[in-house]
Amino acid sequence: MSETAILSHETDTRPVGRMALLAEFWAYFSENRGAVYGLFFFIAIVLIAVFAEFLAPHQPNEQFREAFLQPPFWQEGGSLRFPLGTDAVGRDVLSRLIHGARYSLFIGCIVVSVSLMVGVFLGLCAGFFRGKVDTVIMRIMDIVLAFPSLLLALVLVAVLGPSLINAMIAIAIVQQPHYVRLTRAAVMGEMTKDYVTAARVVGVRMLRLMFVTVLPNCMGPLIVQAALSFSSAVLDAAALGFLGMGAQPPTPEWGTMLAEAREFILRAWWVVTFPGLAILSTVLAINLMGDGLRDALDPKLKRS
Amino acid sequence: MVAFLLRKLLVLVPTFFGVTLIAFVFIRMLPGDPVILMAGEKAMSPERHARLMKEFGYDQPVLVQYGRYLKAMAHGNLGQSIITKKPVLDEFLTLFPATVELSLCAILIAVFFGLPAGMIAATKRGSVFDHTVMAGALTGYSMPIFWWGLLLIIFFSGILGWTPVSGRISLMYYFEPVTGFMLIDSLLSDQSGAFTSALSHLVLPSLVLATIPLAVIARQTRSAMLEVLGEDYVRTARAKGLGPGRVIGLHALRNAMIPVITTIGLQVGVLFAGAILTETIFSWPGIGKWMVDSIFRRDYPSVQGGLLLIAAVVMLVNLVVDLLYGLINPQIRHMD
Repeated sequence: MSETAILSHETDTRPVGRMALLAEFWAYFSENRGAVYGLFFFIAIVLIAVFAEFLAPHQPNEQFREAFLQPPFWQEGGSLRFPLGTDAVGRDVLSRLIHGARYSLFIGCIVVSVSLMVGVFLGLCAGFFRGKVDTVIMRIMDIVLAFPSLLLALVLVAVLGPSLINAMIAIAIVQQPHYVRLTRAAVMGEMTKDYVTAARVVGVRMLRLMFVTVLPNCMGPLIVQAALSFSSAVLDAAALGFLGMGAQPPTPEWGTMLAEAREFILRAWWVVTFPGLAILSTVLAINLMGDGLRDALDPKLKRS
Repeated sequence: MVAFLLRKLLVLVPTFFGVTLIAFVFIRMLPGDPVILMAGEKAMSPERHARLMKEFGYDQPVLVQYGRYLKAMAHGNLGQSIITKKPVLDEFLTLFPATVELSLCAILIAVFFGLPAGMIAATKRGSVFDHTVMAGALTGYSMPIFWWGLLLIIFFSGILGWTPVSGRISLMYYFEPVTGFMLIDSLLSDQSGAFTSALSHLVLPSLVLATIPLAVIARQTRSAMLEVLGEDYVRTARAKGLGPGRVIGLHALRNAMIPVITTIGLQVGVLFAGAILTETIFSWPGIGKWMVDSIFRRDYPSVQGGLLLIAAVVMLVNLVVDLLYGLINPQIRHMD
């Protein structure tokens, strides 16, 4: 009888289930006001990308031969027909920026999912099997990390040929060592815990143990890393585009737009300023979200 | 300490061979005939092709080729640039000081502003200053530096006319390089105005390159300080009646510095990646611009050599950082 009394005394009365978890997450996340702003801004960019066809006043590659390098509407010589001005071949800057949002989000999504999947798989293998498998995987990751990331991406693109797809592959390769390291460290931390031993004793098979039992408990740091690498994927892809090694003209990718605008920097400030501002604000919004995610998901910082 | 050093070196050896393997495989992965790629000639007679094939050793098995590549590398032979016909190692060594000068200035700026900003932000947690520094740091961290550089050029060179747009020094001045660092060489040259010219060329590129390390260092310093300020020994020091200057300067700062020094060391890779973009924007004749130019000129021996040398430099600096870390933090030395 006394046993039940102790048990009922210690029973956790907090609500359980998916909704409760989400509510708890949101409580921590929304404590960070910057993160909430970042989230709203990010949602806005997603909406802009989805409805680009309807929002953009013109087609991104449509040339207006009567309006080369026209300034934004608030400057003399500008008009509301081209709110943010036109570029050197008479294309509407605003329309190109709106369509460019699609490329940046697409790059981020693909790079993060590819590097996350490959990285998590390799990290799980390294953390579970240890020994030779671990050594080989981690040495290969050390080799990838020995190169400055942008340099390796640049050289990979030089090998594969400059294009948006190849730039994404290169960035995904450069980024996945971080996922491998994180997953491995998290798995090694979990492996010593009782629930893993219990699952083993019950005879749970390896694959199920890896992906169903242990992996969900390692997700916190991985989600934070995913947000960080989403933003650096957007940045790196823009940098590659800027160097002429990413998306090729006339694609309205923001970095490529900057590269095309470079020779006009002293004549037409708007063709340079707005694409960069778009990159900066998108990356900033995602990083703000990343900080909020870290506050909400990192158990080390969580106040109980 | 010696055991610690040996252990670190032992891990580095396979990584280094992996890096050489990647540099070696790089040429093989390029689409096209490696002989034509390495010779950089468009039209080639079959006889010349056969002779070059033998000369480069492409008629040998791949493993023998790799062995030859390693052997040549050990003798300091990294091949010859297709464009300038000079040895790749010489080209690298000529341009390297320019990148080092730029990176050193950048990291000095980053530490000089980042450390105090992070420290003050931590001690005044929640203040307006703290929020401003953190917002600024996050913006800097998110900055596309190739755009930031262009903006600075528009403002300081275009509108104000204060700084030159490209290069390391005005063409008016010429002197033989002594140290390879333009700031020092211009002082040694005794030409009036040379130093000012070199400095004005250096300011914008190093500011641009400093942006991301500055942001990272400020953030890292703040969080390291915050962690240390919550420790028991800091409370004890306070309870003993030590003034805030002593508590923060002596007790907290020393321990907070450990992760910060590692962070500063880890910026080497970031600096190299940043140098690629910064040097391209400012036409700074360093390694970053050389790599980009070599890729565009299809100067593959240069790309191959540069890739290897840059990775070697990054690994070496990281090793030094690891050793420093072991020196200031004995716990690390005895960990596996």
